[in-house]
Amino acid sequence: MLSLHPQVSVRPEPFGALLYHFGTRRLSFLKDRRLLDVVQRLDGSTSVDDALADVPAAERPAFRTALSTLEKTGMLT
Amino acid sequence: MKLVEHFATGLDAPICLTWELTYACNLACVHCLSSSGRRDPRELSTAEAKAVIDELQRMQVFYVNIGGGEPTVRSDFWELVDYATAHQVGVKFSTNGVRIDRAAADRLAASDYVDVQISLDGATAEVNDAVRGHGSFAMAVAALGHLRDAGFRDSKISVVCTRHNISQLDAFKALADEYGATLRLTRLRPSGRGADVWDDLHPTMAQQRELYDWLVAHGEGVLTGDSFFHLSAFGSALPGLNLCGAGRVVCLIDPVGDVYACPFAIHDAFLAGNVRSPGGFQEVWQHSELFTELRQPQSGGACASCQHYDSCQGGCMAAKFFTGLPLDGPDPECVQGYGELALAGVTAAAPKPTGDHSHRGGVRGGPVPVTIGLRRPDKACEENPLAGLAV
Repeated sequence: MLSLHPQVSVRPEPFGALLYHFGTRRLSFLKDRRLLDVVQRLDGSTSVDDALADVPAAERPAFRTALSTLEKTGMLT
Repeated sequence: MKLVEHFATGLDAPICLTWELTYACNLACVHCLSSSGRRDPRELSTAEAKAVIDELQRMQVFYVNIGGGEPTVRSDFWELVDYATAHQVGVKFSTNGVRIDRAAADRLAASDYVDVQISLDGATAEVNDAVRGHGSFAMAVAALGHLRDAGFRDSKISVVCTRHNISQLDAFKALADEYGATLRLTRLRPSGRGADVWDDLHPTMAQQRELYDWLVAHGEGVLTGDSFFHLSAFGSALPGLNLCGAGRVVCLIDPVGDVYACPFAIHDAFLAGNVRSPGGFQEVWQHSELFTELRQPQSGGACASCQHYDSCQGGCMAAKFFTGLPLDGPDPECVQGYGELALAGVTAAAPKPTGDHSHRGGVRGGPVPVTIGLRRPDKACEENPLAGLAV
């Protein structure tokens, strides 16, 4: 189950959010507030599907791609 | 809206900020962007500096770029570094290496949240010391050696690109590889004492092309602090935001707590407020008149009709300002040549930086300016102090 890496800090911004990984010094941007909601919901969810429950089905593939990118860059683990 | 457009309208807090802890410095580099040398008696106390860190933590500023002057000469330097990292504010600090002995390197190697940049402006002592002062190359390399020997990973070698070191880019890379360091190249600005040496030190047009090609070839393996976005008008954009972040995503807190739009713009025209005023840094960042104005859509002015405007965004505000150019026109180093044309039309004297903390009597081993004596007296025996003045 994916969750936010413990060394990652999330800062909400009008456009979405900034993510900073204190270990890798990497900065990422979430370009959608709803993606921020999903990322924040991962911790209390039992599955990625669960976290994506409020996202319209047609948009879920794009959200999954975004989550997968965040996983590859170590923001999610 | 594209992400950079959001950035241009400002963020709730800076992505990162530069914090110069002191104007005191053991060196007297000819191009010092903050005209550093002597400590300012009004500099923030330890308690005030810690209050700033508390505020940065509340605003979730992820890290600060600490510089100076030479920040490590502050007696509370390590105390402030430890305080910041204990409060979720990462630290990247720039130093000439003067205090990075083996013990300091061991201490740094034990921390996960501190990055170190060693400044070097030549890949050889000859080129470096002409700008930074005699012995400064050896001092920097010794610091890099201590960091490597202590097991500190991925230190940075920070280079200001000048006319005299563009030919050394490969040598810098080799030096960085030798010390397990990452190379960081940044742009020379006509800021602080840099205004005095700009004409002699800024890269030629041919060298700008050479630098651009080198940066493209080395991609993200070399850091640039996003400082070369004016070169993007040569072709494809360089890695990074390609945006002037002044007052939008970055800013400067100077040693006395003044907040400027960017580290290269220490002038009253770019002073947004002071962290000691009511509301502190957050009030300045979010509500100051200057920053609000910088976040308004920019017109592009004389550059708006240029086909390259989208890639270079008109270049660097500080470079324009301190060379006497209008802020809505081309950068003095515009790679399409418009800057040179504009400079030829500048008649008034360029604005002088606000404040000068330069050493008054020079420093031991300080750099020897190479431009003295170029202008000859009007007459061989002319002693009149008004000689040459149109009165």
